[in-house]
Amino acid sequence: MKKLLARRELSLVVAIILIVGVAVALQPRFASEQNIRSILLWVPLLAVAAMGQTAVIITRGIDVSVGSILGLAGMTTAILLRDYPQLGVGGAAVIGIGLGAILGAINGGMIAFAKVPPIVATLGTLGIYRGLTFIVSGGRQVDDYQLPKDLMNWSLEGPALLSNVPFINSIPWVVWIALLVMILSHLGMTYTSYGRDVYALGGNPDAAALRGIPVNFVTFMAYVLCGIGGGFAGVLYASRYGTVNPSGIGNGFELQVIAAVVIGGVSVFGGTGGAPGVALSCLLLGVVNVALSVLAIADTWQMAIYGLVLLVAIIADERFARSARKRAGEAV
Amino acid sequence: MISRIRSRFGPEIVAVVLLLLAFGFSAFREPRFLDAEYLFDRSTLYMEAGILALSMTFVIIAGHIDLSVTSILALVGAICTTLVSKYGLPPVAMIIVAPVVGGALGALNGLLVSKGKLPSLVVTLATMALFRGVAQILLGDHSLPMPKELVGIHKIQLPGTYFHVPMVLLAILAVIAAGVLHRTVWGRWVTALGTNAEAARHAGIPTGKILIQLFTLSGVAAGIGSMLMLSRLGVARFDHARGLELDVITAVVLGGASIFGGRGTIVGTITALGLVGVVQTGMGVAGVKAEVQVAVIGLLLIVSVLFSNFTARKRGR
Repeated sequence: MKKLLARRELSLVVAIILIVGVAVALQPRFASEQNIRSILLWVPLLAVAAMGQTAVIITRGIDVSVGSILGLAGMTTAILLRDYPQLGVGGAAVIGIGLGAILGAINGGMIAFAKVPPIVATLGTLGIYRGLTFIVSGGRQVDDYQLPKDLMNWSLEGPALLSNVPFINSIPWVVWIALLVMILSHLGMTYTSYGRDVYALGGNPDAAALRGIPVNFVTFMAYVLCGIGGGFAGVLYASRYGTVNPSGIGNGFELQVIAAVVIGGVSVFGGTGGAPGVALSCLLLGVVNVALSVLAIADTWQMAIYGLVLLVAIIADERFARSARKRAGEAV
Repeated sequence: MISRIRSRFGPEIVAVVLLLLAFGFSAFREPRFLDAEYLFDRSTLYMEAGILALSMTFVIIAGHIDLSVTSILALVGAICTTLVSKYGLPPVAMIIVAPVVGGALGALNGLLVSKGKLPSLVVTLATMALFRGVAQILLGDHSLPMPKELVGIHKIQLPGTYFHVPMVLLAILAVIAAGVLHRTVWGRWVTALGTNAEAARHAGIPTGKILIQLFTLSGVAAGIGSMLMLSRLGVARFDHARGLELDVITAVVLGGASIFGGRGTIVGTITALGLVGVVQTGMGVAGVKAEVQVAVIGLLLIVSVLFSNFTARKRGR
């Protein structure tokens, strides 16, 4: 199994190198510091949201409402900072993340305890949370001049400690935050009992229940984590873009998040994959995204490319799973 | 007798009662709801969703889902108008080409689900992006016109009545669908597949073939829906019917089809579609924003599944 995962991560690294190579060969400007910076700025939002979705998909679920969670949490954070600047960026961020957790808990509660299929529950809340985003904002956007400078600086400045290190000093806070979230997710999924329960549940739900794993609670928490990731990404969105528009923020983002997770080696059949692969696939998508714009390929190609790559990843997963089953069958 | 009807058609009765309630409330708030002409005029918006909902009923009864139908609708529109305006396809031929292209796209879903042994949810989530993405590549942010002679089908009425062509078409298709679902062997196979796929296979039902046929059917329906939508709107755009899958799935599930497969009726789906239409029209008249309307439909979807789970548990299933 270890080998299988390593293979996915290795192929992601190879894909990243290939795409970077082709892009640099076609357009040397691709390797400029400014471009690398824009790739690095593109990844954190996706990576933070993808970490939560990873837990959900490992349990064989799906959360298509994550774009709307990002939207509602990001919008609420921006409105709070506009109307109550005394909250401070930290305070508003905590509220945004907390709101994400609550929205995730609503999904998780319906799925784990009321046995609503994940796609139905989250397709419903996809609409509901987006509608709420409109209601809380009155349909109006928050502009960057209405937000505190401190929040913007998350995406502009790096830690003061590193200000003398060349290149590294230009890596902004959001990247470090995302890195921290990824490391914590990896540790959480690998070294805590909750993480192991998530894998056990995804690998074989019946066996997990028989082994006394609190299946409902583990499922519920996976959606809460997904909500936290979405909420956090919403706060980062406000920092990154400044302008927060109720219909724009996070709209359709669920596709990118789910694509990142599945391409990162989390099988839709559950039980496999993890943070390192997903982190690499977020980086891959960031590289692809920036490469497309640098190579002047119209962004109208983006959605088709996501769809195609997602489809290929699912088919590849099934092949792996089938051959793994076959090997296991022969061994028994 | 009454208890037999109640146990067989419980969810459908709920849908009918809700429809009457919503209609009564809307008519009370907005007298125009009692004007037949207004009603039939508003209902043209829902005929495309209705046709998608018919095939979705089969797919959901079989225990699957097709999220890509609305993207197929958009892509078929993009392909057909491109063929006409750039490659000289005679406009009338669109009527044949649209369902064929739709069917081919649907068959791709079906092959992946059946031969690839992949979950339909993930396959159609991916093709939802892929198909709409290809439509976006073809059209970009522009729109292509529907040929003049095919525009305005929703304005043609049966002589002497308020019934317009799309409504008649939906009515005919609904009757055929109900006949196929409830009166043919194939309909029973679909239900058996959704009740217990494993048992259905052991019973010798060609489950793989049925899956391909189901998703092809779904694509054909999207092709027909595409022609209706393009005729109504006059142009093809890549973002046509975006998000309409929520209305379609809500109509099917609210109409009593079990999201876990194995049960559902066409009458229920059509009734629930009427409910979705009345609720949306009512909100539109009351000046509720489109995004908030979507939220209410989302709520309707969740509540209907919660409700049916609750009653199923009460029956001790």
